[in-house]
Amino acid sequence: MTFTATLQRELLLAWRRPAEIINPLFFFVMVTALFPLGVSPQPELLATIAPGVVWVAALLAVLLSVDGLFRADHDSGALEQLLSAPQNLYVPVLAKLVAHWLLTGLPLVLVAPLLGYMLHLPSAAIGVLFVAVLLGTPTMIAIGAIGASLTVSLRSGGILLSLLVLPLYVPVLVFGAGVVSYAAKGLPVSGVLALLAAMMLASFTLAPAAVAAGLRISTGN
Amino acid sequence: MTDLPLLQADQLSCERDDRVLFEALSFVAHAGQIWQLAGANGAGKTTLMRIIAGLHGDFSGRLSWPAAQARNEDPRQQLLSIGHRSGLRSELTPLENLRWWLALHQAELDVAKAEQALALLGLAGYETVPVAQLSAGQTRRVALSLLWLLDKSVWLLDEPFTALDADGVALIEGRLRELADNGALVLYSSHHRVNGEARQIRLGNGPGEVL
Repeated sequence: MTFTATLQRELLLAWRRPAEIINPLFFFVMVTALFPLGVSPQPELLATIAPGVVWVAALLAVLLSVDGLFRADHDSGALEQLLSAPQNLYVPVLAKLVAHWLLTGLPLVLVAPLLGYMLHLPSAAIGVLFVAVLLGTPTMIAIGAIGASLTVSLRSGGILLSLLVLPLYVPVLVFGAGVVSYAAKGLPVSGVLALLAAMMLASFTLAPAAVAAGLRISTGN
Repeated sequence: MTDLPLLQADQLSCERDDRVLFEALSFVAHAGQIWQLAGANGAGKTTLMRIIAGLHGDFSGRLSWPAAQARNEDPRQQLLSIGHRSGLRSELTPLENLRWWLALHQAELDVAKAEQALALLGLAGYETVPVAQLSAGQTRRVALSLLWLLDKSVWLLDEPFTALDADGVALIEGRLRELADNGALVLYSSHHRVNGEARQIRLGNGPGEVL
C-alpha cells in the first residue's frame, strides 16, 4: 500500500512539474546532438565515438536529475513525515527510485537508439545500446540516490554529489559503453550484458537500504 | 498496566554547536495529559520534539515508552508528529497530500471523512486546490486536519498555532483537549498556553525545568 501510494504521489508530482522530466532528456539529446557539429560529421568517426558519447551524456543526465530526488521533500518537511512514520523506509524509498526511473530513466532509454542511429552506429549495435542503457540507467539512479540522500541537507550539495557518485559510475560506464563497441565490431555481448543486469539487480535491491540510512544521517542533525 | 506512563525522559541532555540546549531534563508523561514546551526562540523546543519523534539521535540520556514497551509494541506505531514545516507538497492538493501521509501510517484515506475534517477547519471547497495556492494559515490547517483523521495515542505538534487566526487556535485547542480526554498524550511547542492545566517544560538557560 505504501509502495503504490508513494509511486502514485511521485508520478502525480512529476505530472504537475513536467520540467523535471524534460530537463534531463533535453540535456541528453542536446549534448549528443552537438558532437557531430563539434567533432566531425564523418560517419566512421562518429560510429567509433558513439557508444561513449551516448553513455557519458546519459550518465550526466542521470546525475543532473538525481540531485533533486529528495530535495523538495526535505525542504517541505515531507521527508520528516516519512522518517517518523512507523514503518521500514525500504518500501517508500524503493517506490521513489522506481518512479524516478520511470520518469527520467525510461525516456533516456527510449531516445538512446535514435541518438545511436543519428551517430551512424551500425544497426547491429543499436539494439545492444538500447538494452545496455535499459540495464544501466536503474543502476545509475540507485547509486546516485545514495549520494543524493547523503547530501540532501547541504545547501550546495550538487558538486559534492558528483564527487561522491562519479567514481561509482565508472564500472557501469566502462561496461555499458564497452558492450556497445563490441556489438559494433561483431563480438559476443551476452556476457557483459549479463554483468550489467547483475549490477542493476544488486544496486536496485541494496540501494534503498543505503538511501534510508543516508536520509536518517542527513536529517539527524 | 494502564497507569504506565506513555513517555518517560531520564536526564536528557542535548548540545548543539557547543551550546547546551538543555541538561538533565527528566519528565514523565501519562495518557490524558497535555504538555507544552515553552522557551525562547532557539531554546531547543524543536530539537526536543525531534528527539522524541526519533529524528534526532545526538543526545544523551534515556527516552523510553513504558506503556508501548510493556505491550511489546513499536512506540512509533502510536506516535504522530507534525513539524513546524507543514510537510505538504505545494504541487499537490490537500486530499492528495493527506492520502500519502495516511498511507505512511498504514491508513486509507476516507475521502468523505477527510472532506468533513477540512470543512470543519474552514477549508470546504479547497480540497482539490493545490496547496501552493493556499495561505500559510490554510496550509497549517490542512496539516492539522490529521488530528481528526488518525487514531494515535501520542501527538507531537511543533508550533501548531503558527499562522492560525483566533478561531483556528480555539478549534485546535478544543481538539487537543478532546484528544487528551480520550486518553491521548499531547505534546506541543508554542508560546501560547492551552487553557486548562497544561503541564509545561520550560527550556532555555541551562537545565530546563518542568513545571
